[in-house]
Amino acid sequence: MKVLTVNFLTCAVKTCKTSPEAFPLHFRDAELAQQDLEFNPEFIKNMLLRLDWNAFRVTTSELGFSTIPAEKPEGDALNDETLLRDLHKVLLETQVMEGKLVCGHCAHEYAIKEGIANFLLPNHLV
Amino acid sequence: MSSRDGSTAVTYEDEHVHHVYEQIASHFSSTRYKPWPIVERFLQGLPDGAVGVDVGCGNGKYLTVNPKVFILASDRSQALTKIAAQHQPHAALIADNLSLPHPPSSFDFAISIAVIHHLSTPARRVEAIKSVLELLKPNRALKQESPNGSVSQSPDSSDGRALIYVWALEQKNSRRGWDEGMAQDVMVPWVTKSSRGTSSKPLKRNSAVEHSETRQSDLSKGSVTAQSRKGESLTPSDSSQTFYRYYHLYRAGELEQDVSDAGGTVIESGYEKDNWWAIIVRNSEP
Repeated sequence: MKVLTVNFLTCAVKTCKTSPEAFPLHFRDAELAQQDLEFNPEFIKNMLLRLDWNAFRVTTSELGFSTIPAEKPEGDALNDETLLRDLHKVLLETQVMEGKLVCGHCAHEYAIKEGIANFLLPNHLV
Repeated sequence: MSSRDGSTAVTYEDEHVHHVYEQIASHFSSTRYKPWPIVERFLQGLPDGAVGVDVGCGNGKYLTVNPKVFILASDRSQALTKIAAQHQPHAALIADNLSLPHPPSSFDFAISIAVIHHLSTPARRVEAIKSVLELLKPNRALKQESPNGSVSQSPDSSDGRALIYVWALEQKNSRRGWDEGMAQDVMVPWVTKSSRGTSSKPLKRNSAVEHSETRQSDLSKGSVTAQSRKGESLTPSDSSQTFYRYYHLYRAGELEQDVSDAGGTVIESGYEKDNWWAIIVRNSEP
């Protein structure tokens, strides 16, 4: 699962969805892999517009990335190809292959196996 | 079906929908590669950089249409999600369409193609449309109240919108031959060919219809409580297996009614190749 994906996920439990604590979900025991994908600067710029930067910072610090800017790049910074390539690498090419995503509100854990997260809930949480 | 309660419906759909797709995933996927034109048009018409969801993505055949948008695709079937995950630059995850793991009101678009007809009660079908609508950015159009008190909405082109597709009851020219007045809750067979002896590749590469299903008009008229006949072979060859999936076939106007009950407004709808479809937006909050 891509780092970008987590920016658009929250807990599947209905009562958590409106809680600020449920976003972003938190990685635990994450095993990372790198997957080469075609670099498309326009796509990265477009995703930057949509990204919740604070949530992205939380996610990347949990995964051990230390070089993410404190502020979301805007204006001229978006023409910096090195920066866009770095973000491409983090957002799209970094795959979480195994581990868990944990809700900060209800503490439910969602398993990630072979790169795919499973959000099916046990009956008592539906 | 309306007498069926929620938990019975969940068990029923587990056996007659989810379990079947898990079993037929790879063969099903090999027959699903040609996007339907209305879906293609919807996805290609999105602005670059739009972010949306594909609820019940199956093998992810719509993830190949537009690489300039980002789609979070989900399906109940682990086997199908695995196939869908191969399509870049998108994402695929396992989720139930009534418990989607996404923040509400945050997406530009959604599609849910040939999914909602698998839910086995009217309430759950409305709920499924509701959970798609909730993900969309709210309709920002100004409400216009006319002198007679009725309220009309004219959605802005930047409002989140969803495309929903369901199988139609009215398809008398299809090889299944269902039509107006017939039973709407049916079990539809899927015949898989095993690799033993026969090739598993699609017979008709251009066909958008489900070629590997055998017409069983007796079932379409029969009771939905028909037992799953997994393993029963319809052909003399023992290399094929038949699975039955539950469908609710929509009659004319029913999708529009469900959308309205779910708190949405239809901005465009129609009939294409044995299916009803609708492009919908959320109603503004009162």
